[in-house]
Amino acid sequence: MKTKILFFATLRDKTGTRATEVELAPGATLANLKEMLIAQFPALDAQLMQHCLAAINHEYRFDADEIPAAAEIAFFPPVSGG
Amino acid sequence: MPLTHEEILRYSRHLLIPEVGLNGQEKLKAASALIIGTGGLGSPVSLYLAAAGVGRIGLVDYDSVDSSNLQRQIVHGSSTVGKLKVESARARLLDLNPGIQVDTYNVPFTAANALEIAAPYDILIDGTDNFPTRYLTNDVAVLLGKALVYGSIYRFDGQASVFDARRGPCYRCLFPEPPPPGLVPTCAEGGVLGILPGTIGTIQATEALKLILGIGDALIGRLLLYNALDMSFDFVNLRKNPACRICGENAEIKELVDYEAFCGVPGHDHETGTAGAEWDLVAPELARWLTGENPPLLLDVREPHELAISALPGALNIPLGALAARLSELDSAREMVVFCKAGTRSARALELLVSAGFQRVKNLRGGINAWAREVDLSLPVY
Repeated sequence: MKTKILFFATLRDKTGTRATEVELAPGATLANLKEMLIAQFPALDAQLMQHCLAAINHEYRFDADEIPAAAEIAFFPPVSGG
Repeated sequence: MPLTHEEILRYSRHLLIPEVGLNGQEKLKAASALIIGTGGLGSPVSLYLAAAGVGRIGLVDYDSVDSSNLQRQIVHGSSTVGKLKVESARARLLDLNPGIQVDTYNVPFTAANALEIAAPYDILIDGTDNFPTRYLTNDVAVLLGKALVYGSIYRFDGQASVFDARRGPCYRCLFPEPPPPGLVPTCAEGGVLGILPGTIGTIQATEALKLILGIGDALIGRLLLYNALDMSFDFVNLRKNPACRICGENAEIKELVDYEAFCGVPGHDHETGTAGAEWDLVAPELARWLTGENPPLLLDVREPHELAISALPGALNIPLGALAARLSELDSAREMVVFCKAGTRSARALELLVSAGFQRVKNLRGGINAWAREVDLSLPVY
């Protein structure tokens, strides 16, 4: 199933893109997707991805949550500036 | 708290809005807010809360005004460079509105003093610039049962929310653990668009006012994500994390902890510029070495666009982010001095090089800025 991915803040710098699309197997979880993206974008640090907030269709979700069909997934890294 | 005639005139435009009115303006006069940090976010938050007539404003900051602050920290000015930030801000706020009370705390906000400082205030506002103080501020709000108006910025991206563990998630629900040190650049390292804290700070001030007045829908349970380049405002619906260590079902954090140890970084965003005494080299020493018989290789780990600001002749430029992939370009037998702007990124580069087997490496303490201050005064400091 096609899934749209959005990157924010430092993740854009690292991936060089603000959006991408991946093909996911039905039943894939957020954890599966993170592994896939880390493999696809070598600049994405596995540790950083573990500390990012992930949203499925604008709802905050955890690693074990399954991704529904035609979903839009967004990743937000923590930022510290003030 | 009734308004004087002078105040009725001053707040006339508020009194005309039915959602505020005389009653709401009296609520603002009776309210208090503690702003932690008097920098990029603290500037617009404090200016607008003072202008709006919030009766008591507390300011916490241990720092002094630096001219590199003025690109975004608009509560300060050229005339207050070198002065304490809390005093600089207090004078500006009282000039804007002499009818309010401004309390100043010229100390670092730490686990030792945070509960005592925050306890008297109705609302806490996060204007901090580092992870340890953010986690501390969150925990203080949860433990004291207060709302925390959160804001955070990086380059063109900003986040804002209202954390109130009594009614919704807290910062730890979103980010249970801080990122490993060095993975998320600070504004001192990565830079920030000067207007960005203005956008996020005015949103924080708006949320604080709404909470005091009890109007509208607060950003509780929602995270605002703003990007200035796209001019996009996105929202994520948050939820309480049942496993949250401070507000979850089996919360184990009952008192403040050691936040610098928890985050592995200092509770400020000043660049330390050191890789540890045994790895550091000061600028005058490097100058002598470079004019000697066996000068070292200079490795500049800054981003290419920074070379237009200042550069050392003959230096090899490999940005920190690309270094791991480009180690083969370096000769591990040759002595090498690594540098960046102020010594933070180069310290990380040195760690990476040493763990990859390079032994003959040194860090230019304080970076090219130290060189510009101590050796080549014709170079600018940035």
